[in-house]
Amino acid sequence: MAQSTITADTEDSGDGTGDRSDGAKVKERARTAQRLAKAIPDKVHTWPYLVRLEMMVGTAVMAFVTVWSIVVDAPLEEPANPTKTPNPSKAPWYFLGLQEILVYFDPWFAGVVLPSLMIVGLMVIPYIDINPKGNGYYCFKDRWFAISTFLFGFLGLWISTVIIGTFIRGPGWYLFLPGEYWDVHKTQALTNVDWSTFFGVASDTTAGFLIGAASALGFLIGPPAVWWHIKAVRRKDAFFLQLGKLRYWITALLFMSMMGVVVKMVLRLAFNVKYIMLGPYNFNI
Amino acid sequence: MEKKGWFDVVQSSYVWKSIFRHEYQDTYRNRVLQISTNVFLHLHPTKIRRHALRLRFTWCMGGITFLLFLILTVTGVILMFYYRPTGEYAYHDMKYLQFDVPFGMIMRNMHRWCAHAMVIAVWLHMFRVFMTGSYKPPREFNWVIGVNLLVMTLMLSFTGYLLPWDQLSIWAVTVGTNMGRATPLLGHEGPFAELLGVDARYDARALLTAGRLIGPATLLRFYVLHCIFIPLLAAILMIVHFWRVRKDGGISGPL
Repeated sequence: MAQSTITADTEDSGDGTGDRSDGAKVKERARTAQRLAKAIPDKVHTWPYLVRLEMMVGTAVMAFVTVWSIVVDAPLEEPANPTKTPNPSKAPWYFLGLQEILVYFDPWFAGVVLPSLMIVGLMVIPYIDINPKGNGYYCFKDRWFAISTFLFGFLGLWISTVIIGTFIRGPGWYLFLPGEYWDVHKTQALTNVDWSTFFGVASDTTAGFLIGAASALGFLIGPPAVWWHIKAVRRKDAFFLQLGKLRYWITALLFMSMMGVVVKMVLRLAFNVKYIMLGPYNFNI
Repeated sequence: MEKKGWFDVVQSSYVWKSIFRHEYQDTYRNRVLQISTNVFLHLHPTKIRRHALRLRFTWCMGGITFLLFLILTVTGVILMFYYRPTGEYAYHDMKYLQFDVPFGMIMRNMHRWCAHAMVIAVWLHMFRVFMTGSYKPPREFNWVIGVNLLVMTLMLSFTGYLLPWDQLSIWAVTVGTNMGRATPLLGHEGPFAELLGVDARYDARALLTAGRLIGPATLLRFYVLHCIFIPLLAAILMIVHFWRVRKDGGISGPL
């Protein structure tokens, strides 16, 4: 009934009646919307509707884990033996993404600073994302940057490295295809180089350190600074002005750190780059 | 005349009436009272917004995570009756649980698989909350609590990983805790640690593992963290998390 009212209105709008009847149509549509809202109440009783649903989902979950636990036994290997190191030694599966990143970074970054950045980065999301759209419903267009960044980080980096670490890393942390024989004696000749050697400077010199530090800092700060200048300073983009410098820089540094992980992975895989920067006191990136 | 179903026959029986003094009348008042007068159910509001029932919207993952936590608590307490967290007994108690304790194996299996499932459920819950923008005002702080609960879940799972005291657990925990020694300033192999003078016996990793090696002292430390310290912290955070869902206006939805 209400649907047909709306359709009739839409058909009317073609025949060139003036502003006055447009106003009347808007009012009619508003009334229709109100009628619809009353016809389908927004709220329902928790009992029985939600409790019933929870009961059903809970029963299904319990049935699932019970069957799973009957069919598959939890692993129990030989007794703990600190003198016998298995090859490969793997962390629990949910940490294998971080163990995978150890290929590309020293432990202080891959095992401590990066996970801390991830936790802090997740926690600040509500405070740096000031876009009011997309609150409480699925959408992509209204918040494409937030969703793309999140999907890239979660699926593209976290989940995919967990899968790589779990299924295709074998002895010596070498890559083995699923089903491939795990040769514990596998070795690959690798000549790693440091970033500054591309400029003809040894990485363990002061000049090498400065090149490395400048490159790393330049990567983190440079592109966001240029982007801020274009958007906020020159074009006076309203969104960037509303976002403000502090929120912008927190977002930018977290974003560039995530991208930096990807850049380092590419540099390592394509050019055997071990360190971008070789600093004092084991401070290497 | 209407034919009586089996349920009507049961309901009109003498025994049924002796148990339930009166029938349940499906009135608005009773629907509200069912929730508000029940200590467990009154976690819920008495009325919810319609879309909160849609599994396509909620995925039910928050609730499933909580259910898995409850299953883990029950199975975990049962396992605690049979398990001693010492170097001499831990592994033998695992064998005892698996081969001699009635239903020991299925309790252990459920505990382990639910732990894995809980990690996945937390990830999916966060994924759903992000995709629906539910961290946006007024729910900013509850997202922060949620991230802390993610950390608690991972720490619970990680500390539990050591307890079977087999090769799998000791080496997984070795790999995991070895990261601690690379903590900047506070780990003996970390950047700038030389400046502070920390060594292998007194650094961030040694604090977690109770010494330089993963040994019986580590086992006891992880056991206490796993069974008491982290569950208590997680429970407190969960109370705040659920409370905030209510106080921030129920579960999110189109404004």
